[in-house]
Amino acid sequence: MKHTISILLENRFGAFDRVANLFSGKGFNLHSITIGETEIKDVMRMTIVTSGNDQIIDQVLKQLNRLIDTLKVIDLSEHERTERELALISVNYQKGTLEELKNISDIFRGKIVDINNKSIMIEVTGPPAKINAAVNVLMPYGIKEMARTGTVALKRGEQINALKEDVTE
Amino acid sequence: MSSSPKMYDGAEILFESLRRENVEHIFGIPGGATIQIYEKLYDINFLKHILTRHEQGATHAADGYARATGKVGVVLVTSGPGATNTVTGIATAYMDSSPIVVFTGQVPTNLIGNDAFQEADIIGITRPITKHSFLVRDVNDLASVVRKAFYIAKSGRPGPVVVDLPKNVISAMAPLHYPEKVEVRGYKPKYEGHINQIKKAAKAIANAKRPLLYVGGGVIMSGATPQLRAFAIENNLPVTMTLQGLGAFPGTSELSLGMLGMHGMYWANQAINHCDVLVALGARFDDRVTGKLETFAPDAFKIHVDIDPSCIDKNVEVDVPIVGDVGQVLDELRKAMPHKPDTTEWWKEIRAWQKECPLTYDMSDGKLRTQFILERLSEKTKGDAVIVSDVGQHQMFIAQYYKFTNPRSLLSSGGLGTMGFSVPAALGASFGVTDRPIISISGDGGFAMNMQEILTARYYKRPVKFIVINNSYLGMVRQWQELFYNERYSFTDLTGANPDFHKVVEAMGVKSFVTSRIDEVDGILDAMLNYNDGPVFAEFRVIKEEMVFPMVPAGASVSDMILDRLDPERLV
Repeated sequence: MKHTISILLENRFGAFDRVANLFSGKGFNLHSITIGETEIKDVMRMTIVTSGNDQIIDQVLKQLNRLIDTLKVIDLSEHERTERELALISVNYQKGTLEELKNISDIFRGKIVDINNKSIMIEVTGPPAKINAAVNVLMPYGIKEMARTGTVALKRGEQINALKEDVTE
Repeated sequence: MSSSPKMYDGAEILFESLRRENVEHIFGIPGGATIQIYEKLYDINFLKHILTRHEQGATHAADGYARATGKVGVVLVTSGPGATNTVTGIATAYMDSSPIVVFTGQVPTNLIGNDAFQEADIIGITRPITKHSFLVRDVNDLASVVRKAFYIAKSGRPGPVVVDLPKNVISAMAPLHYPEKVEVRGYKPKYEGHINQIKKAAKAIANAKRPLLYVGGGVIMSGATPQLRAFAIENNLPVTMTLQGLGAFPGTSELSLGMLGMHGMYWANQAINHCDVLVALGARFDDRVTGKLETFAPDAFKIHVDIDPSCIDKNVEVDVPIVGDVGQVLDELRKAMPHKPDTTEWWKEIRAWQKECPLTYDMSDGKLRTQFILERLSEKTKGDAVIVSDVGQHQMFIAQYYKFTNPRSLLSSGGLGTMGFSVPAALGASFGVTDRPIISISGDGGFAMNMQEILTARYYKRPVKFIVINNSYLGMVRQWQELFYNERYSFTDLTGANPDFHKVVEAMGVKSFVTSRIDEVDGILDAMLNYNDGPVFAEFRVIKEEMVFPMVPAGASVSDMILDRLDPERLV
């Protein structure tokens, strides 16, 4: 089963590497990893999508908590959450298919952000499953290039100050 | 401008920080990137710098010092090769949770990443084998980094910390503020166990019919030996120990079952197989202990006390996890015991196993054996020497035949299994422990890997007793080849490859003995133990083909123990 794990991390030399290294060193699965600034100075948020049985996920969380630079580790899979991903998808078009592609983009509430004689670039955002669906539909037209951000996610509902909460065990 | 603070360079700040941390010994070798530090060290009196002959030696020495004393061992090496030479030492300390701080020189910050002379990304290289690491990029951070490095190394589950010091940071100037308090917001080790969990554990132990304490190195690190002894004696509980746990409970006690696991005692492994409540104290269910996981303590209700939450449920799922300091938890556990368990019948079973397959060896062919030497040594030192083992057959014989009576008495690379550990680790231990004999015991293979540190021991006149058990083989691998690889002794025979060790050591200026005779062992050991003029050395030439038994083959169940050479199990 896939798990989305959110980590608050010191914005310090080598902190990101420690998390990434943990996944390779311990042989944990890593489906996506994102990192960006937060509302707190010197604190970054990493969102990691991993998978494994309960015992493995337990170890992933414990090993992440064990790192000195991690301030908070939450398995969001246990909570109500919002997950989003952004994809830029460059697709071939021919005479006649441009209209279809525009319709598909509309259906996925995407945006056409670039066009030239042979291809258009569509921007799609949404939960990862929606991105997958868009990719599947666009595939037959010939995807030339694609970039996905990986999942970012937040817990839903009222939040207290992120760092004041207890660290999940 | 009258109020501007006094400025210090990075080297001065480093030494002032070490003074505040009460560092008395540093093991190291100077080099280009650290020359400024050594320039200051020339005038420093409050600590002693020990110049080793290899940076691996310095790191093992600091590790040995830390294991013997419980204090943080400190290493100072230069950039590039100086730093990379510490890697095996750091990994060794990491696997056995030994607190060391390794200061590595680094090229100036503007050259980092340029493939500069003697540049190595030591932070990157050591990331998976350190508890934490720091690259100091601003001299203003140096004092607080040192403070944090020592705090992280010794608190919680101890471990190695690397502090990388670029050359320009060492020569930069800053005011000196050594922080009184240390605060690392992402790191809060938990010492107090959860009281409800402790009560659950107490109830299970009190109602157990066949309880067993399984004790690891965490008990020694925590200083929980008195609590363990009290708890076991009050409740008449059998105690079995891992390699790192030996000494936590006296091997001479009636309650001690000795070591468990791959080369553990027959009765200890039987007890594991049959216990109904297993209490793991500061131990981590290592594969050398458990063998096949599915058959390890199959019927037992399992209680696991450890300071590192990630150790719990890692290899074996337990019923009552308790995260905390094992000493504090044992104090609470003693108070929480509703009554004592009735272990009379259980002890009868254990005594029967002890009679069924006692630990023996046969010397009727008149050839010298390691077991005999260790028995004599154990008796002569009353189990109270600091034994620094290397890795291999002799290490397991030490665990079986030396009756450790006190904690911090066996220094051994258990987790990483680093050959070449003993000589430098014993050297390091000798600076921290001066009231007990320090005895380094190596095989001929491991001895040759770091024997250069005998030079250091001689130069500093350390009273270390160096012993080489020479069977002219990489004996443990040879044993596996004999048992499991059709007696094909691929690259394990050192006959012709070894020098006359006693002559080599004599050439280093160290008094040395050699024998292959049983009747000379006592005399040589007595002479060594009474020798007071620096290091002394003996080479014991033992029978080549001896094997360590009992043995649980790797990945097998502990019930599939091979008891001796003639055991039909070995053919399975």
